[in-house]
Amino acid sequence: MAITAGTFESLELRDVGRSFGGHQALAGLDLTVRAGEFIALLGPSGCGKSTALNCLAGLLPLTHGQILLDGRRVDTVPSEKRGFGMVFQSYALFPHLTVEKNVAFGLQMRGLPRAEVSRRVAEAIGLVKLEDHAKKLPGQLSGGQQQRVAIARAVVLEPSLVLMDEPLSNLDAKLRLDMRTEIRRLHQELGLTTIYVTHDQEEALSLADRLVVLREGRVQQIGTPDDLYDHPRNWHVADFMGYRNILAGGLMDGGDGGDGGATVRVGGLTLRGRPVGEVGEGDDVRVAVRPDDLTVLAGGREPRDGNAVEGVVAVVEYHGREFAVVVQTADGATLHVRTPTAPAVGDVVRLTAAADRVLVFPAELSAASAAADRAEAVTAA
Amino acid sequence: MTAVADRPARSTASLRHRLAERGVDSSLWLMVPALVFALALFVYPFSYGIGLTFQPSVATQEQWGGGILANYVAFFRDPFVFDSIWITMRLALPAALFNVLASIPVAMVLRRRFRFKRFMTSVLVLPITLGTVLTAQGLLIFAGRQGWLNRFLIATGLVDQPVQLVNNYTGVMFSLIITGFPFAFLLVSSYLSGIDPSLDSAARTLGAGWWQRFRRITLPLLAPGLATTFILTFVLAFSVFPSARLVGDAMGSTRVMSLMAFRAFGEQNDYAMASTIALMMGVVELIVVAVVLAWRSLLYKGSTGGKG
Repeated sequence: MAITAGTFESLELRDVGRSFGGHQALAGLDLTVRAGEFIALLGPSGCGKSTALNCLAGLLPLTHGQILLDGRRVDTVPSEKRGFGMVFQSYALFPHLTVEKNVAFGLQMRGLPRAEVSRRVAEAIGLVKLEDHAKKLPGQLSGGQQQRVAIARAVVLEPSLVLMDEPLSNLDAKLRLDMRTEIRRLHQELGLTTIYVTHDQEEALSLADRLVVLREGRVQQIGTPDDLYDHPRNWHVADFMGYRNILAGGLMDGGDGGDGGATVRVGGLTLRGRPVGEVGEGDDVRVAVRPDDLTVLAGGREPRDGNAVEGVVAVVEYHGREFAVVVQTADGATLHVRTPTAPAVGDVVRLTAAADRVLVFPAELSAASAAADRAEAVTAA
Repeated sequence: MTAVADRPARSTASLRHRLAERGVDSSLWLMVPALVFALALFVYPFSYGIGLTFQPSVATQEQWGGGILANYVAFFRDPFVFDSIWITMRLALPAALFNVLASIPVAMVLRRRFRFKRFMTSVLVLPITLGTVLTAQGLLIFAGRQGWLNRFLIATGLVDQPVQLVNNYTGVMFSLIITGFPFAFLLVSSYLSGIDPSLDSAARTLGAGWWQRFRRITLPLLAPGLATTFILTFVLAFSVFPSARLVGDAMGSTRVMSLMAFRAFGEQNDYAMASTIALMMGVVELIVVAVVLAWRSLLYKGSTGGKG
């Protein structure tokens, strides 16, 4: 394989921030990316993930902080001299140039000899399996093919860093899965250091080595997929990691970390759970439970850890191996649960969950957790 | 059934239905008003004009010969008439070219977001609302021998004699730019806004400097629009009449074709010759338009949006 990744040791983002007028779109982003890593920036729209990517690409100047590549500042280097590859959400293929010429564009800008340009273009097109379409214009290709051209155009330059801005969001569901595998394959084959922006947690979890969860321009948590999946730092991260059941409640007891258990009052119910973060008695809390951690109690079985919730089945969806069921409790809360067998709509069911799978978070999304994250990220580097 | 299977099945639909499928239905009546106007106001007068050109006056026939083609012989043989083509070209081509070329950087700058953008755009487009006569009047007052500009230049001692800016080629050129630029600017801006800005970003991340981005991405995508803009401003400038007369040198350097046609019509009462000149004006414009369109057909004209 002649196309390889540009080599470097580490890319460091120090306190990177960007404001638009008075609005802080991104603040205090600290992150160290090691060569070959696949990082996903994850968050809802408007969380600053695309801003972060554009800052890295040099398309937006920073208003705060520094970006260092092996200790050299790159945030002052103009975009065209940074040598990072970027894949855009809209693909941004040059519509008047053929696939070949699109891929060749960057190489020509570097003034490489003609023979080398055509050799590397052919190789990159082969890499994304578009040999039969090399002479076509982008308008004659399907969405997935266009996205592959965009990827080939970025990797042909052997960039030290590839930036991807929601590259799959314009594709249909099946194609998205295929392209996801394709991106992962390219990353593994070429060892490309990749920063990938998405709002899709599944995409982020399946692709990335590490995830950065953002909210309102601030880092919420940085960690490996399983770390974030099992140990979200606050309820916002939990929400993003598939904890669909998030209920507001009040802490009755615990949270000091003694036996690790906490008792929470949610509506008319009392639940046992595991406190995460600083919670004290009487505090407002959010209780988060993943749908697959909730189970429907068969008649007569004891609830786990005394956690029992009664409700009426409102919606049943077939999901292949299991059913996604929506249960409405007496005090109006909506719970999502997965079951192997389908209950009938209108049935009264009892749900239970193990106490250590019921996460209890402070209701406030303080900056403290973000700051703690930052400290951890720096030491991890 | 099998017996008729190899014959194309005859439609069982009614005649009216079959006609409707080919686009013939009662909604065609809506075309009548437009058709009447087109026939009465364009086709008939135009044909009548062409007919006139083949009915030269006795004087023309005697002077130039050529029978019914005497007007055309006169047009090509009489340097006083024929040279007006070059005089008009000398005004219209540079004016149109300037308007289009100057619009590009202005439109590109005004595409960015900055304060007073709306104000700047309004100022640039405002002259579109001024008629050519008003523009000419303004030019005479501002740039005439006794105009503010000359008085200012003399008062500050920059010049001794008033600078001749109107009643010559320069005056007409100014007028053509003042009235033609807003058109060109508006058109180029709208063509430019049709180009996905992420293409520029993509080219940047691929290492292209601003000139390469302009040369390799923006310009090729803009070129068909530039050709169209050029044609429109050229046609506008080619038919220049009021300013050529008011701020130009009507019998000298700005003796444009429309003035010649008017002279034949108004002063010599030679309708046939006037029609010939008018027709030749159209022919010259068509030649230029055809050349530009031929060049345009070589360019990429597809989508300039994101997903292609």
